[in-house]
Amino acid sequence: MSSATRRDWLLSDQPASRRQARLGQAYRTWLAFRSNWLAMVGLGIVVLLILVALLANLIAPHDPLLGGDLRTERFLPPLSEGHLLGTDDLSRDIFSRIVHGSRLTLMVVVLVAVIATPIGLLVGTTAGYFGGWVDTVLMRVTDIFLAFPRLILALAFVAALGPGIENAIIAIAITSWPPYARLARAETLTIRDSDFINAARLQGASSARILWGHVTPLCLSSVIIRVTLDMAGIILTAAGLGFLGLGAQPPQPEWGAMIASGRRFLIDQWWVATMPGIAIFIVSLGFNLLGDGLRDVLDPKARK
Amino acid sequence: MSDSTIDGGRGSALLRLLWKAAKLLATVALTFLGLLIVTFLIGRVVPVDPVLAVIGDRAPKSVYDRVFVELGLDRPLYEQFWIYLQKVFSGDFGESFLTKRPITEDIARVFPATLELATVAILIGTVLGIPMGVWAAVRQGRLADQVVRVLGLVGYSAPIFWLGLLGLLVFYARLNWVAGPGRIDIAYEYAITPKTGLLLLDSAMQGQWDAFRNVFSHIILPAALLGYFSMAYISRMTRSFMLNELAQEYVTTARVKGVPEWRIIWVHALRNAAVPLVTVVALSYANLLEGSVLTETVFAWPGLGQYITNSLQNADMNAVLGGTLLIGAIFVGLNLLSDLLYTLLDPRVRRQA
Repeated sequence: MSSATRRDWLLSDQPASRRQARLGQAYRTWLAFRSNWLAMVGLGIVVLLILVALLANLIAPHDPLLGGDLRTERFLPPLSEGHLLGTDDLSRDIFSRIVHGSRLTLMVVVLVAVIATPIGLLVGTTAGYFGGWVDTVLMRVTDIFLAFPRLILALAFVAALGPGIENAIIAIAITSWPPYARLARAETLTIRDSDFINAARLQGASSARILWGHVTPLCLSSVIIRVTLDMAGIILTAAGLGFLGLGAQPPQPEWGAMIASGRRFLIDQWWVATMPGIAIFIVSLGFNLLGDGLRDVLDPKARK
Repeated sequence: MSDSTIDGGRGSALLRLLWKAAKLLATVALTFLGLLIVTFLIGRVVPVDPVLAVIGDRAPKSVYDRVFVELGLDRPLYEQFWIYLQKVFSGDFGESFLTKRPITEDIARVFPATLELATVAILIGTVLGIPMGVWAAVRQGRLADQVVRVLGLVGYSAPIFWLGLLGLLVFYARLNWVAGPGRIDIAYEYAITPKTGLLLLDSAMQGQWDAFRNVFSHIILPAALLGYFSMAYISRMTRSFMLNELAQEYVTTARVKGVPEWRIIWVHALRNAAVPLVTVVALSYANLLEGSVLTETVFAWPGLGQYITNSLQNADMNAVLGGTLLIGAIFVGLNLLSDLLYTLLDPRVRRQA
């Protein structure tokens, strides 16, 4: 099939099959997304992050943990021979450390999303669908978690669980789900009494089946947009925990922890603390741009 | 609707307002109870043994057992929680293992520093953020709008501790425009008698203008930084509220009547946008307390944020939980305040009450 006919098939206003209709819808969404160049930049940054994380071993020219010669290769400035972004106090190549650090960043983002999104969806749809005292209790609990400032709550949890990147991920996930629950509940309330839900109920579908098969899929797109918009915040929180010495522990090349250790040499060797910060900035900017773009395309309420 | 129903509505309006107030209070009380449960449970699962923290690890077994009972650790969890509640409500958060002083005393000492920083920051954020948001809304899609958007995006994406370090590097170490970390130079520290604990206010009231200049030079960089982050949020929200108002029919009516455009924007529309903006400003004020944890670490600012992180690194759980509880309580309080202001300022919400 040539590209022109494939395009016609996708954009056909009389789809012959369910698959064609779905693919056509996805294609139209993609066309709308593609016309927003800032969103495309965001997508590019996120794809780049994933590629760098996957191919870290091939991209990084040096070992992220083992330094070079401590007599001759400490604190080499950026653009030195063989060290694009310079070296740190242990003669480690900063570029290689940032490249390997992308794996930690990606791991944090993915794991927090994988843990927090289902919790939020489950709590929110259950509260919205059943209403009554179930709703009251669940939303009260959600409000209590929302009432805590996120970073402080994460700090307190990490204090209880002990420092380390796994505990930082758990702490961030525990503090991230409440907004998703709120959102999922609001969406559920708008569709709870629609005819197709009633039809499913009359056919004898169980509550669990209705929630999982009919309600959750409709809540998914707005929750996913919200999660994407939150990812920058998640990255910044994880970096902040690392900076305070409560997240990833040295010698792990986590960007926030790298800034913390470079802080001591800030005045004379500015690049040690500056470079990982630029990496954090670019990645969270990418997620922000991507989230904004997704919201414009997928959220009908925000569409102008 | 007949006259009698309107009168009936007025008669019970007060009752309904009272009912709403009672409901609000119950919500706040419940939220606060939840906060207490969370901090209590966190305090119980810490790997630090509270008995060893009190007696040290060389005390004999008999002392250990006695303190174990004294701390109430032999009782069931709900009884322990009840004791914890009683203590919190009598203002007893325990003693800091680090400073050997009551937590309340410690917090009273460090809190003014955080309050001063957050207040200067929110002033900067509001004074810059609202006009920028209005400007962006009026010039929607044009250059001004893009500039405000980019400034906001940078604020949402940059780690605050990193910007703080860069700020210190450029404005303190290289350009020497501002003073370095800390609240005040030692030379001036004893020139001011602490009254409110807010050094800007204290030094101004006592006419110590040299000290005032020194304090100002210390606070301006961290406050500008925190203010930038709240500006990013406030300008974005102002823009969307203003766009909403400028599309209303009363704006068209005013234009048709020949009201000058500046008056339509700054008087008619902004006044209506101001109602939700109050909530936004209150929320960003609360967020500043959180942002202060990282900022205070970078700027060696002797406030609540630094107190919490220091205590964390030394496993001083009483101090961590006391500080967490205080910040949580301020959060709840500011939320409540913004709700109340919203009701007072918006006649539509008031009528529904």
